[in-house]
Amino acid sequence: MTDPNTLSPLDLETPDKTFLDANELVINMGPQHPATHGVLRVILRLDGEKVMGLECVIGYLHRGVEKIAENRTYTMFNPYVDRMDYVAAISNGLGYCETVEKLLGVEAPPRAQYIRVILTELNRMASHQLWLGTHALDIGAITPLFYTFRDREEILKIFEKYCGARLTTHAFRIGGLQYEAYDGFEKDVKNFVSFVAPKIDEYEELLTTNRIWVERTKGVGIISAKDAIALGVTGPVLRASGVKWDLRKAQPYANYKNFDFEIPTGQNGDTYDRYLVRMAEFRQSLRIIQQAVDGLPEGPVMAKVPKVMKPPVGEVYHSIEAPKGELGYFIVSDGSTQPYRVRVRPPSLVNLQALDVMCRGAMVADVIAVIGTLDIVLGEVDR
Amino acid sequence: MVTRFKQQYGSGVEPLTHLGQNYMVVDRSLIPEILQVLRNQEQFDYCVDLTAVHYPQREKQFDVVWVLYSFSHNERIRVTTRIADGETVPSSVPIWATTNWLEREVFDMFGIKFDGHPDMKRILLPDGWKGHPLRKDYGILQQDNEWVQINLGIESGQ
Repeated sequence: MTDPNTLSPLDLETPDKTFLDANELVINMGPQHPATHGVLRVILRLDGEKVMGLECVIGYLHRGVEKIAENRTYTMFNPYVDRMDYVAAISNGLGYCETVEKLLGVEAPPRAQYIRVILTELNRMASHQLWLGTHALDIGAITPLFYTFRDREEILKIFEKYCGARLTTHAFRIGGLQYEAYDGFEKDVKNFVSFVAPKIDEYEELLTTNRIWVERTKGVGIISAKDAIALGVTGPVLRASGVKWDLRKAQPYANYKNFDFEIPTGQNGDTYDRYLVRMAEFRQSLRIIQQAVDGLPEGPVMAKVPKVMKPPVGEVYHSIEAPKGELGYFIVSDGSTQPYRVRVRPPSLVNLQALDVMCRGAMVADVIAVIGTLDIVLGEVDR
Repeated sequence: MVTRFKQQYGSGVEPLTHLGQNYMVVDRSLIPEILQVLRNQEQFDYCVDLTAVHYPQREKQFDVVWVLYSFSHNERIRVTTRIADGETVPSSVPIWATTNWLEREVFDMFGIKFDGHPDMKRILLPDGWKGHPLRKDYGILQQDNEWVQINLGIESGQ
């Protein structure tokens, strides 16, 4: 017989004293759980099926990216940023390159900026497609996953032809691009735009008026604009709560001020509105890509950047609108070849903090829907 | 705004600009008041980020940095304060709820404690871990060997 003293009961390290309340049930979800989209552990405090509160336990994917940065040169650290939000690697790269360019006081040439915008927007679509497929799968619709992955493949093919990699692309260099776009790049992008536009209608046909989808998402995981701002939530989640704010418009970076597009917003701040906002963002991304590829200027793709980069002493914060929200880099330079400190402000980490607020009072099954709708990537949460 | 601050708080506030970005170095004792004023009167309603930087050679070893943004003015500002090792910073969770996890991360990585934080514990590293990795005296290959041996069963610690 096992000695009861050697067995720790459930070993939940008794997180909060409220967990000892006899009427409440404490359930552990994850870290290995298909619906947490990675290794996220959620401790749910339940009253029957109702969520009374929850606590997120994160850090399972912590690799010390910020520490690594301090021990690498500016150029050497560039590929590491792709490994944070690995489904939107190009956005990470754009943010990092632009921040270092700011420190160095250089600007990428116009052609490089246009290609950057095209690739970043393609990546935004790929990220949203992955979100849509997995989110719908979590809720019980299997078909959208096949549809979105089929079309995402076309984006990844363009990436592969451009830089040889599909996921962790390292597409940009500090100062511009290393390579000129391949022959037929413009044609590929144009073909993709005309190929994917009807496919987005196809996704919408499957879900937007689907009764099960609407029942499972409408009124679920509501967050008000006030709460969202207080919690620092950004990206589509903030916009679905009715705040018309997008860094591409508010503080334009890259070349975004030259493009005509709209910021889609929702009103209710629920899972359904967040779905609609992201669907609208697909179309806006397509508009931007179309404009960028039509107006693609000729010229060099790399600015004059010293081989050994030694940015002048100082600190800078720069942020971009990544598919998930505001992705910021705070870099401190001490004048040497290595950054003195690199801080990444990950949208997923800050958005995940709102999970507790969004799930209180909901059902257990809704937690899955809300984790899906937040569109978190644990690689970025934990870094 | 900056000139008003300067008049009101004198030498406790030092406004600076680098590469077109505004930031101010604020004395540790003025931090709760200034953050409160920035939030309520100057409408910096969104705390973008909170982080720290370690300067081991300095007497006041740490820079604690708040990155703030105002939706109504579309403006960003950074607030920096300098503290010595072991000194605490008042928590800004009552001002911006978002700083809850961010303060925990600063504590986890630098060992800076925030007074009045509702749940001051590690966030990314395991609870029993010793050391704060983003301090400059923490080596890049260094880890808590004891923790690794006990919890992961790896004898060499690597």
